[in-house]
Amino acid sequence: MITKYFTSISRIMSVIAIVLFVSGCERDVADLQPASYPTNPEVFIDGFSSGLNYAAFGGSVPTACDVDKEVTYGNSAASMRFEVPDANDPRGAYAGGVFYTSVGRNLSGYTALTFWAKASQPVTIDVVGLGNDLGASTYQISVPALPMNTNWKKYIIPIPDPGRLSAERGMFYYSVGPVDGKGFTFWIDNMQFEKLTTIAYATPAIFSGETRSVNSFAGISIPVEGISAGFNLPDGTNMQVNLSSSYFTFSSSNEAIATVDSKGLVTIVGGPGTAVITAKMQGVAASGSLTVISEGVYVNAPVPTVNAANVISLFSDAYENVPVDYYNGYWAPYQTTLSADFEANGDHVLQYTDFNFVGIQFSTPTINASTMTHLHMDCYITSALAGGAQFKVQLVDFGADGAYGGGDDSNATVTFTSPTLVGQSWIGFEIPLNNFSGLAGKAHLGQIILEGTGISSFYLDNIYFHK
Amino acid sequence: MKTKNNNTLWHAIVVSMLFLTTLPGCTPDENQQLPSRNWQLVWSDDFNGTAGQLPDAAKWGFDLGTGDGGWGNQELQNYSNNPNNVSLDGEGNLVIKAIQSGNSFTSARINTKGLFAQQYGRFEARLKTPYGPGLWPAFWLLGENIDTEGWPQCGEIDIMELRGQQPDVIHGTIHGPGYSGGNSITKGYALPNGRFDTNYHIFAVEWDADKIDFFVDDFLYHRIAKEDVKGQWVYNQPFYLILNVAVGGTYVGFPTSQTPFPQVMVVDYVKVYKKG
Repeated sequence: MITKYFTSISRIMSVIAIVLFVSGCERDVADLQPASYPTNPEVFIDGFSSGLNYAAFGGSVPTACDVDKEVTYGNSAASMRFEVPDANDPRGAYAGGVFYTSVGRNLSGYTALTFWAKASQPVTIDVVGLGNDLGASTYQISVPALPMNTNWKKYIIPIPDPGRLSAERGMFYYSVGPVDGKGFTFWIDNMQFEKLTTIAYATPAIFSGETRSVNSFAGISIPVEGISAGFNLPDGTNMQVNLSSSYFTFSSSNEAIATVDSKGLVTIVGGPGTAVITAKMQGVAASGSLTVISEGVYVNAPVPTVNAANVISLFSDAYENVPVDYYNGYWAPYQTTLSADFEANGDHVLQYTDFNFVGIQFSTPTINASTMTHLHMDCYITSALAGGAQFKVQLVDFGADGAYGGGDDSNATVTFTSPTLVGQSWIGFEIPLNNFSGLAGKAHLGQIILEGTGISSFYLDNIYFHK
Repeated sequence: MKTKNNNTLWHAIVVSMLFLTTLPGCTPDENQQLPSRNWQLVWSDDFNGTAGQLPDAAKWGFDLGTGDGGWGNQELQNYSNNPNNVSLDGEGNLVIKAIQSGNSFTSARINTKGLFAQQYGRFEARLKTPYGPGLWPAFWLLGENIDTEGWPQCGEIDIMELRGQQPDVIHGTIHGPGYSGGNSITKGYALPNGRFDTNYHIFAVEWDADKIDFFVDDFLYHRIAKEDVKGQWVYNQPFYLILNVAVGGTYVGFPTSQTPFPQVMVVDYVKVYKKG
């Protein structure tokens, strides 16, 4: 009896001994791994996942988000309900907020944030996304204009290059305002991160996929913009998301002219010369680029010396400027002229590109130049002057009614050609107002209209009337 | 006594070692063990040729037009023999392209009717499918006596069909008398990772007097045995091959404004084998 008992015990003990021998009793500190961030993929299934917090955006209804135990997807116990206010709701103008965790999560094993959603009426949600952590939001992804209707539908937000999200705190954010002044409700359920292998054909883009070109100078910084990517979803349809620059790697074809940092900020460091800025997302070349044509060090227009008391200034850093409606009216459909105004060494400069004609308007109020004698404009044509190039300056007076039209407007044009026109050197136009023959009066000037042929782009500075 | 205790201890060591080593390896065997066969290549097309060429006229004919009410399925496309819809790409592939213009669609359907048919054997194609709601590519076989016996009496073996709104799932199916259309004998196969449009996959059937086996990348996902078919077994005559991309129809539903067009099916090769 005792022998048998002893045999069993020894058998058990020998097994334990062997197990202990195999697994080792000593803790080897060298084998300890650094604490890693949790990989929990759940955001909201039947309740908020552990460690999840919510914060409403400023100006939004703070209580817009709540848990709903009746309207849920499938037989889930609870969903998140969002109540968008009517316009002029004293509690807030819209519904919006961030779901974030106190401790970052390691999302590198997931390729998408997915959730089920529906709304009380067909509606477009202004923006949803992830990666907003109420701070740097380094890896923010935003989906504009998400359509929802009254049926539950599964939504997928693809995550490019998830390896970057090793400690992400921003799980989900949203923002949506009333429609035609009226509020509504929407619900979200079963929100989680998933490792879907059925998202395909990532098409990254910078500058919205366009090939852009800019003339600029050493010292100027230009941010890469229009950063987005398209994806083909598991149902074979395409979707576009906007991305923070941190998902991309940027390069410059000529770092002696322009460099670009990891956040996509282009800094022009030299010139004259050209650099092409391109980007990649997860090894895939992005469509779109920026060609920087650097002129080198910026040479500013001569600083005006006319006594300020004798000046009515529309645009200058040397004088106080009168109110101007706009420096580019974008007069569709025939105007091609675009603006690319910049600041160099503290000097603000107007830049016009793709030039055919452009209007500068100053009608609220109009300008009384009756006592003035000249219109001055500094102009720099950025390329060598084409043969036959013309630059016309038209002054428009709005007449006694001080408004466009009404039968009392008048205008006159002065035309310049070579040799007054030169390329790549500041031209100081000093136009006697009497040269504008045909102007019925100068007491209600409202517009300067510039028109040209053979001139593609130019800078303008120091636009003023003086005596 | 002592000996017995030593044996007991040794027994305990062996048992515990076995227990510890078997703990990690609990997953079932993922490799199928199928009997090896000796296949002899009988007919093939590797689609080598210059870009823009139509497929070899000695091997393929065309189904043209809109068939009978959209080829019996309310399909939307008009099949053509225009190289825009079907041609070699100069890189060893045949490309069948579905093109949208306004509200109408063109595409292509090629077959070996009257040129090649075989009873039994292995029929295989390596291809990438199109994708998007409403796209319906297929690699399939029809019984040679279709003109005299009609359908479904002639029998149909669908080696691969896909619904573009689920680009990671294909179906292998047979249609015959008593089990056709909505009552066909069908089984789906979903890729564990990825989609059928982003990479080449090999679709095949191995067919003999008693059964039809369906494969994706040499994984047997569907076996239809003759004795399990509740209806007439009509697979005892030569069948010819068909490759096509349909748009819309009762199997797949309609393309939507979100379906990216044009869409392509890219076929690396088609091969037919006989048992050696």
